Amino acid sequence: MREVRRLLPPLDIISAPTSMQRLKDRGFSRAMERVLGMDPRDIIAEVKASGIKGRGGAAFPTGFKWESVYEAPGGNRYVVMNADESELGTFKDRALLEYDPLGPLVGMLIAAHAVGAKKAYCYIRGEYRPIERQMVNALQTLADCGWVGPHAVEVEVRRGAGAYIAGEETALLNSIEGKRAEPRVKPPFPTSKGLWGDPTLIQNVETLANVTLLFAHDVEWFRQCGSPQTPGTKLVSLSGHVKNPGVYEVPFGFPMADIIADPELGGGITGSGRLRAILLGGAAGTFLSPDQISATVLDYGSLGTFDASIGSGAIMVFDDSVDLSWVLRKLAHFFADESCGQCVPCRIGTRRIVEMLAQGGLYSRVQDLRDLAQAMRDASICGLGQTAPTALLSILDRPNWQGA
Amino acid sequence: MADDVTIIVDGITVTVAQGTTLRAACDTAQHTVPTLCWHPNLEPANACRACVVEVKGSRTLVASCSRLVEDGMEVQTASDRVTHSRKVVAELLLSTSNADLAPDLQHLADISGANSERFAGGDTWEQPIQDDNNLYIRDFSKCILCYRCVEACGEDAQNTFAISVAGRGFQAHIDAGFGRELPESDCVFCGNCVAVCPTGALIGKAEWVLRRQGQWQEDRITTTDTVCSYCGVGCELSLHVMDNRIVKVTSPMDHPVTHGMLCVKGRYGYEFAQSEEG
Ligand SMILES: Cc1cc2nc3c(=O)[nH]c(=O)nc-3n(C[C@H](O)[C@H](O)[C@H](O)COP(=O)(O)O)c2cc1C
Ligand code: SF4
Ligand code: SF4
Ligand code: SF4
Ligand code: FES
Repeated sequence: MREVRRLLPPLDIISAPTSMQRLKDRGFSRAMERVLGMDPRDIIAEVKASGIKGRGGAAFPTGFKWESVYEAPGGNRYVVMNADESELGTFKDRALLEYDPLGPLVGMLIAAHAVGAKKAYCYIRGEYRPIERQMVNALQTLADCGWVGPHAVEVEVRRGAGAYIAGEETALLNSIEGKRAEPRVKPPFPTSKGLWGDPTLIQNVETLANVTLLFAHDVEWFRQCGSPQTPGTKLVSLSGHVKNPGVYEVPFGFPMADIIADPELGGGITGSGRLRAILLGGAAGTFLSPDQISATVLDYGSLGTFDASIGSGAIMVFDDSVDLSWVLRKLAHFFADESCGQCVPCRIGTRRIVEMLAQGGLYSRVQDLRDLAQAMRDASICGLGQTAPTALLSILDRPNWQGA
Repeated sequence: MADDVTIIVDGITVTVAQGTTLRAACDTAQHTVPTLCWHPNLEPANACRACVVEVKGSRTLVASCSRLVEDGMEVQTASDRVTHSRKVVAELLLSTSNADLAPDLQHLADISGANSERFAGGDTWEQPIQDDNNLYIRDFSKCILCYRCVEACGEDAQNTFAISVAGRGFQAHIDAGFGRELPESDCVFCGNCVAVCPTGALIGKAEWVLRRQGQWQEDRITTTDTVCSYCGVGCELSLHVMDNRIVKVTSPMDHPVTHGMLCVKGRYGYEFAQSEEG
């Protein structure tokens, strides 16, 4: 295939990523100007019609979220761009903010206009210092255009301090408020009670970049790529035993196997050359076997048949020399280290999983593991605890799985 | 009434005022759900997850202590999923913390049929007792991280903010700031954290000493209510007396003035009442 480049800028673009010229070259200024002449209700209707879903992991329909914030009672409103990107194997927001930061930032301003926010926050992963500088330069360009600032939308940059959990939207809100990054109970959702109790829209970097593309074009253009259920393209972060690891843009509905094998994409398996599995969606994701990879496309419905989801778009590839139970032990450590510690099922459960895997391996106490996993999924406060056992269950649930 | 909400709890229709929590609505239906971190005078911390119920249409279980009723909700307080989670929560807590002085946790374990050994054998919260002042002891081997003390010290009562949760995951713990001892911290020794602690992790020093000596006997303790004589606020005190000595001072949680909260003088300034010089 020829690689699709919509979210990612064309390879032959010469304008600097944070320059005024880049705004023009990419159609972003056109998008902004178009939006400034629109009624918020029409902006929201267009986002709904585009079928954009959130790219941060949960795939919630973006237009509906905007509508909730727009309609929520309350004085102040806020927009937050979630650039905390800490999911294992995920580095696509970083690529966007590095190569084309004006895209997501203009998307954030469009969102602010749609929901009536005068203030926006960019919450960026603390380790992304050079990218943060790039982002701040891009914000300056937008200020020079008169789109950012006291008379337009004020933008504040906040830096994470190394906690995965701070990427969870309600923990992120607490962090911005200067509190410990602990998830809040939902409902109330941030759309009605977010920052300082006011309606708040939180979107992933890639989601906002899609919004800008939409308004630089129109719904029809936007839906030309992707599947009818999930229009548009997705950035995938490809890592592990593939010839060409990196960030790639593919349309929804693209065959999973081709992402790994296509010479212009992953380029095939390295290591032993024989694929054992991929981990799709990061630490909170699902293992897929070679058979399942061959049988699926990159779309929610297709992957749902194997209880898998795209998550953040992380694809970690493992050849058949990799012992998957070793991977599971690594993942278990990750969750135990990153749990905020607030609720019992996750705080203690993640630790017990580490211990059970270290002591007897995956199959020594299957029933206890399953019972624990069930309680974690059912009774944890947030997505971290709820999905911590997902990868493990995806292996346990496959009786003939080789390699774990 | 227009502001009333009707929900179904285990098949029983109950009508409650808008803004009622599911926990309270379940109480109304006389299908009480167990709780650990919830306390009538504190904002729900939502931390223990012992109170989860199944709400029709919800992907996960729902913490009933904090979720508000919505018209038409169908709630189950004893479905398999609910009893399963309750049991695992009890088993996990018993695997980390000493429940000797935690009646609510013991009760949860009993009603859920928890097996205290199932997840035991790994890391625990066992740690040295912190005996750094004359008024109360901190024995965090008993802590279940219910957040009640943090809330009582902070916004919900004392507004001193001397303690909070530090660390994360299994290392999360109650801390008086940079691991300081209490006398070096912002603590004003009101003992309100002690009053709400459900596990004995925070315990008055007099009680702790008597317990260690094997001399604390509930059946020999009587309580006498009086009004604090230190200032004009009029806090009600319950003096817990054993063998003619005050061994603990509390205030009724439902008292309109104190809501169970006192200051250092009312809670700990009782020695004068029993000094020989009188
Ligand atoms: C533990 C955890 C970590 C998360 N980390 C991120 C993150 O780093 N970036 C992100 O965009 N979303 C993250 N999310 C998802 C956010 O909670 C939220 O759904 C998302 O930012 C919404 O934006 P979207 O609708 O544009 O996807 C995380 C969720 C969980 C449970
Ligand atoms: S599930 Fe884990 S990360 Fe989420 S609130 Fe509970 S302890 Fe914190
Ligand atoms: S005694 Fe009072 S001030 Fe000190 S930690 Fe407890 S609640 Fe806070
Ligand atoms: S010390 Fe007591 S009140 Fe504080 S968190 Fe631990 S168990 Fe709860
Ligand atoms: S009582 Fe509801 S979470 Fe603890």
